[in-house]
Amino acid sequence: MSNLHELSQRLMALDDRITACMKCGMCQAVCPMFGASGMEADVARGKLALIDNLAHEMIQDPEAVADKLGRCLLCGSCQASCPPGVQIMDVFMEAREIVNAYLGLHPVKKMIFRALLPQPSVFNLAMRVGAPMQGLMFRSTGAPQGTVCAPMLNFMLGDRHMRPLAKKPLHVRHGALDERRQPGGIKVAFYPGCMGDKMYVDMAEACLKVLRHHNVAVFMPKGLTCCGIPALSSGDADGMVKQMKVNLKALDGGDFDYILSPCGSCTSTVKELWPRYAGRIGAVEKRKADQLAAKAMDINAFLVDVLKVQPAGTPAGNATSVTYHDSCHLKKSLGVVSQPRAVMAANPAYKVVEMAEPDRCCGCGGSFNLFHYDYSRKIGQRKRDNVVASQAEVVAAGCPACMMQLEDVLSHNKDRVRVMHTVEIYAESLK
Amino acid sequence: MASQALIRDFEDLIGKENVFSSEADRQSYSYDSAVLAPVVPSLVLRPTSTEQLGVCVKKLYDNGIPMTVRGAGTNLSGGTIPDNTDTVVILTNGLNRIIEINSDDLYAVVEPGVITAQFAAEVAKKNLFYPPDPGSQAVSTIGGNIAENAGGLRGLKYGVTKDYLMGVEFFDATGEIVKSGSRTVKCVTGYNLAGMLVQSEGTLGIISQAILKLVPPPKASKALMAVFDEVQDAAEAVAGIIAAHVVPCTLELLDNNTIVRVDDYTKAGLPREAGAILLIEVDGHPAQVADDAEAVERVLKANRARAVHVPKDAEEKFKLWEARRMALPVLARCRPTTVLEDATVPRSQIPAMMKAVNEIAAKHKLEVGTFGHAGDGNLHPTFLCDKRDKDEFHRVEEAIDEMFDVALKLHGTLSGEHGIGTAKSKWMEKETSRGTILFSQRLRRALDPKGLFNATKLVGI
Ligand SMILES: Cc1cc2nc3c(=O)[nH]c(=O)nc-3n(C[C@H](O)[C@H](O)[C@H](O)COP(=O)(O)OP(=O)(O)OC[C@H]3O[C@@H](n4cnc5c(N)ncnc54)[C@H](O)[C@@H]3O)c2cc1C
Ligand code: SF4
Ligand code: SF4
Repeated sequence: MSNLHELSQRLMALDDRITACMKCGMCQAVCPMFGASGMEADVARGKLALIDNLAHEMIQDPEAVADKLGRCLLCGSCQASCPPGVQIMDVFMEAREIVNAYLGLHPVKKMIFRALLPQPSVFNLAMRVGAPMQGLMFRSTGAPQGTVCAPMLNFMLGDRHMRPLAKKPLHVRHGALDERRQPGGIKVAFYPGCMGDKMYVDMAEACLKVLRHHNVAVFMPKGLTCCGIPALSSGDADGMVKQMKVNLKALDGGDFDYILSPCGSCTSTVKELWPRYAGRIGAVEKRKADQLAAKAMDINAFLVDVLKVQPAGTPAGNATSVTYHDSCHLKKSLGVVSQPRAVMAANPAYKVVEMAEPDRCCGCGGSFNLFHYDYSRKIGQRKRDNVVASQAEVVAAGCPACMMQLEDVLSHNKDRVRVMHTVEIYAESLK
Repeated sequence: MASQALIRDFEDLIGKENVFSSEADRQSYSYDSAVLAPVVPSLVLRPTSTEQLGVCVKKLYDNGIPMTVRGAGTNLSGGTIPDNTDTVVILTNGLNRIIEINSDDLYAVVEPGVITAQFAAEVAKKNLFYPPDPGSQAVSTIGGNIAENAGGLRGLKYGVTKDYLMGVEFFDATGEIVKSGSRTVKCVTGYNLAGMLVQSEGTLGIISQAILKLVPPPKASKALMAVFDEVQDAAEAVAGIIAAHVVPCTLELLDNNTIVRVDDYTKAGLPREAGAILLIEVDGHPAQVADDAEAVERVLKANRARAVHVPKDAEEKFKLWEARRMALPVLARCRPTTVLEDATVPRSQIPAMMKAVNEIAAKHKLEVGTFGHAGDGNLHPTFLCDKRDKDEFHRVEEAIDEMFDVALKLHGTLSGEHGIGTAKSKWMEKETSRGTILFSQRLRRALDPKGLFNATKLVGI
């Protein structure tokens, strides 16, 4: 985009939605970023005002605006509790795209979002080469979560504690799956997401186990890649669209009733963002994305709403206590709240205890975590304190990104709380 | 923007991380919740201790720089919008410690940036009760509550912020520390400066600490919803309840437009054709609650309530209050701009006021929904418009002018709880007198000779 004037014209087009903000400030109560920084520019009200002012060319510093817009986890908490119902996420996404189009995408992001992620073979290869080399760089933290850290890579990864990459990704273990539907039975496309495929493979395996237990046939084609949310949140709509195109192609022709993911972020992207952006590729893709969106479902919601999985009744006397963290994408975008709890309660070996503020963002926020690790940790600490105060032995989530964040904060605090996916808990109870 | 030298001085005094000078940061402190034009401050400071606060005020005073203190910026009258572009905004959210909660003597000592709801929750953990509950309590601060004398749904029985302020510590314009009140229930030492700071809207001093009264929580409560065909009947029922010597903790009214809008949105099955509904809650000792609820029901029926519902469990009660909580959010969804007003009249004048509001809205071809704390006579007529439509917004302004004229004629007041700020300062003389303005200005000038504290607010200086 050539000049600031053009930039402001595009921003002006957002005017209607920005005007709907009545500046009541109620978003301060729920914004994790504001909770950590206390800065008005970090809360939705401040960001909307900033975008509004930028649109009217009062601010001549788009870099500063890009920086402020980046200080946001896109958790949607503000939108979910905004009295007049301002479509804050749309405005933020679009503003990021516009500002990004003006400033240009960071070269590293460009490489990742446009060259690496849209090419699953290259992405997979990079990860497979990386996995065995981890041993050289990473060492165990000794924390109960089984995390590793990489002091030599501190310049890049910070002091992160994370789960190691799987030696064998899910797609290598299983190849392409296209199981035969049982007569009158259900068939689903399983979309493990990058983390389900490469990091939390046990979690993805647990999902497959549960689906098999319920005689659900699985379609998992070759060539799936990232859903595109990291690119889009970084303002790179083109990168996101490229990745979506790859996925649409991979899923094309599959015969399935639902498309399920164990990752709340992936599900909400397939359901809400793909149809919104698919029109940019063409009418055919738009139709495909719409069809997929109609079939997209969180795996917990599928288990409870479709397969009618129910709580097992009174938990065993020595049941393990588990507390549940509501992932933002699951609760605030998809409205999935009771089902993950019911899925856990289906295993009588666990008893579900609620923590305080279960739906307060854990601080991961996708690429936010990469660029604002200090804030991410600070936000995560509040979640950690709530988890620990619940006295649960396990904390479960329905999104691997949250699991990663929970592991990081708990591991740093040397807490003896394990992190699991809700479906893993249920899977344990199945023979 | 402030000079580099001044910025560096403040960075030395309170730390680089607490001084905000970038355009983007400054412009995000140019507005509050009032529908008024923004003014960008020259610098934003966030002191993190009482000492730092004092140092900031002194330095600004010495340099003759105007200052505006800001809590959560939720006031609806422009109290935190800078007076001019030289103004420095002082944030209180770095001063957010609860210093003491004393269960034996029933008080707490807090810093001004403590968030109201968080404070109430901490107090509740000790089985104590801090009643003031403005609708903004999830984000508003104790300092802002004191400076605006915020009230809430429980105002009728439990009073408002001023009724819980036992003492304050604050900085005057020169940076001197001033203390008034004490941890004792009785204290007549010196002028009641704490009372003076209440609803002072950041014009007399910057509160750095407050001593707040706590009370034991009520043991039981009961809610009722009464449906009326006519607003008039609902309003008479309000007066009837008080005349029957029952003081509910909450007594709220929703008019027809609000009911319909809320029902459209929540599908809660509200009585859409009702002229008004009253939502009532009585609390206290269980025996008293039962008695009061019975008396209330009698009065409601005597005043032609078409139906009186008593929620049978906590869930139903929650749904009932949800209708009230959703009033503003739902109205706010209808049009881009929502102008929430704060006209307050003696309880007996509520019918006249409701009638006038609807007539004025019709005359100016505006949509209005009215809800509010009927028990206090404190109504919130809410005009729905689009401020970008100059003509429509002008009509809203005219309507509000006329509405306040009516409120004053009915012996009411400009503001039951949202303050004067700059939004309503032009009406001050109408409600009070020329002498009041002059007296207030003399007082301000004596305390703040350079006119640095929120100079354009309230009565000006
Ligand atoms: C959705 C919504 C609902 C509301 N509901 C109610 C309600 O039910 N009842 C009600 O009374 N109000 C209500 N309000 C208005 C507002 O929330 C209150 O006035 C509240 O007390 C303001 O608190 P604050 O921390 O946001 O103060 P701010 O808006 O930051 O400041 C308010 C004023 O106080 C001054 N001030 C702030 N801190 C200090 C300090 N430390 N020392 C001296 N002066 C200071 C400021 O300069 C300003 O003039 C509502 C507002 C909104 C947006
Ligand atoms: S809650 Fe919504 S309307 Fe209120 S300030 Fe935040 S974004 Fe604006
Ligand atoms: S999306 Fe989350 S982090 Fe971003 S402004 Fe809204 S509440 Fe804050």
